[in-house]
Amino acid sequence: MLAFILRRLLQSIAVLLTVGLVAFSLFRYVGDPINAMVGQDTTMEQRDELRTKLGLNDPAPIQFARFIYNASRGNFGLSYRTSEPVGRLILERVPATLELSFCAAIFILFVGVPMGVYTGLYPQHWSSRLLQAVSLFGVSLPPFLVGILLILIFAVSLHWLPSFGRGETVQLGWWTTNFLTWSGLKALILPSITLGLFQLTLIMRLVRSEMLEVMRTDYIKFARARGLTNRAINFGHALKNTLVPVITVFGLQLGSLIAFAVVTETVFAWPGVGQLFIQSVQFSDIPVMAAYLLLIGLLFVVINLVVDLLYSAVDPRLRGGGSVRVAGH
Amino acid sequence: MATSSALGGWLHRVTDSDVWWSFKSSPMTVTAAAVTFFIVAVAFLSPVLAPHTPFDPATLSLSDGLKPPVLVSDDGDWTFPLGTDDQGRDVLSSIMYGTRLSLEVGLASVIFAMVLGIALGLVSGYFGGTVDAVIMRVADVQLTFPAILVALLIDGVVRGLISVQRHDEIALFVIVGAIGLSFWVSYARTVRGSVMVEKNKEYVQAARVIGLSPVLIMIRHVLPNVTGPVLVIATLNLGLAIITEATLSFLGVGLPSTEPSLGTLIRLGNELLQSGEWWITVFPGITLAALVLGVNLLGDWLRDALNPKLR
Repeated sequence: MLAFILRRLLQSIAVLLTVGLVAFSLFRYVGDPINAMVGQDTTMEQRDELRTKLGLNDPAPIQFARFIYNASRGNFGLSYRTSEPVGRLILERVPATLELSFCAAIFILFVGVPMGVYTGLYPQHWSSRLLQAVSLFGVSLPPFLVGILLILIFAVSLHWLPSFGRGETVQLGWWTTNFLTWSGLKALILPSITLGLFQLTLIMRLVRSEMLEVMRTDYIKFARARGLTNRAINFGHALKNTLVPVITVFGLQLGSLIAFAVVTETVFAWPGVGQLFIQSVQFSDIPVMAAYLLLIGLLFVVINLVVDLLYSAVDPRLRGGGSVRVAGH
Repeated sequence: MATSSALGGWLHRVTDSDVWWSFKSSPMTVTAAAVTFFIVAVAFLSPVLAPHTPFDPATLSLSDGLKPPVLVSDDGDWTFPLGTDDQGRDVLSSIMYGTRLSLEVGLASVIFAMVLGIALGLVSGYFGGTVDAVIMRVADVQLTFPAILVALLIDGVVRGLISVQRHDEIALFVIVGAIGLSFWVSYARTVRGSVMVEKNKEYVQAARVIGLSPVLIMIRHVLPNVTGPVLVIATLNLGLAIITEATLSFLGVGLPSTEPSLGTLIRLGNELLQSGEWWITVFPGITLAALVLGVNLLGDWLRDALNPKLR
């Protein structure tokens, strides 16, 4: 078990270092850090002097080590676009993205799982067939289109909900929250649904197929023979055993949720990290892109690692070799 | 005469096959195929069929701007059946040209990803060792990230390397490259797996004994045996590639507004959505959804039809 954990840890560190190398190459070779810091009239000598002072003439491995060291302390340099420290820019926007992703995750769990259980228990019922067809449609709709549709219905036609921004927020230390004001909560509804819908259909289909599988097993028949109530069988016996794969997939999807916030935040003008990333791509703001890449890399590596370890704790067969990996798309 | 009977024989082989039977017996698949075929045909015939040439500024008139669709409003004009945008461009014609562009980008990036993935997969599986390890580790790292982030990153890097004007000129190639590079992994893994099985079989050993070069063995003997799974991935990827292109264009980092795909049209319309001009966004959106749904249904069917375990 210890060897397995160690091996997975080493693999994770290797992946992170590779991501770091990509981020470093972007940072160092795609944009010129000097150009972003000085004006047009700086002479070549002054530029060279600055270059030496910043250590940009050092050998690449030393620069890479310095980059990783700085990054680990949250120092990613200055944004080309706003000239502010990248670390602070990102930190300011983290609460918005995390709160949005959290609400989307709640939406997925509390709507997707019950829908999956229902369609799994009554696969022939017309409403299950309808849900199944709708979910197929949900997988084919690009998330930004869902967002536009929701805005069109609930904001433009019905005027029920706001279509952009976070509404009023409350400052708690450095964290800004939506949860304490009415307008903040209302602003969360449409973006959370948009962000969660794709994964919701995924979780629903997964729970459904797992339920169908479990309901055919012998121990369910025995439970029925013992005269247990439907309720006890469905939730106590069947659902419990479907939850292991569901938790795994859900965990892996959490990372995608935060990554896909890029699209949702653009549709709803949500001031989060994803919007910052899109702006930095449009302006080719390399330091922000490099920092975002590193953060997302760290997030995915940690999630993959935790899920792998949890999985091996639950299923001893996996301790021998391979690891569980699901690609997010 | 000989050719026509050969064609007849080929047709007979097709209509007798299991795949055709499973196609025929699924009404949903037939509908999906019909819808997809209709959209593709109309899109590629757009220079002939489209009532207007929406991106020739000389034919536009601002006085035609923001006309609603004919069926929902009396202000509509039969010259512009689905209405016009703020520049006076016909929405129907824009959609036809835009769909063509979306399809071209989707197909090109799938082909690019397929060629790259197959090549790397063949090399990786056939030679093994260090080459294999390096390629597969790169694939692992890339799989850690969702494809759209990889595509966004590549696009941002290209923007950093060249000027804005140059970028607009080559935007089409940048986006095909970005999507292609973010989808190659699944092909490479599948091909690598099949090659590792195939390369130990007698026919490959025999080819090696008679002295054929590794490249020739891979292309002529190994490749034909791995086309089935590759074809399935390609169909499923086409829908994903079209969505990715539309998303990138919607985010404003894809195709420029002088050469709009469906995603660009939706982005342009989205800016007018608040004031109630819904048709500029909704019609391209419906087209995109129908196209992707059709392609995805066909992909699902192909996967099941070519999978002998499910028969």
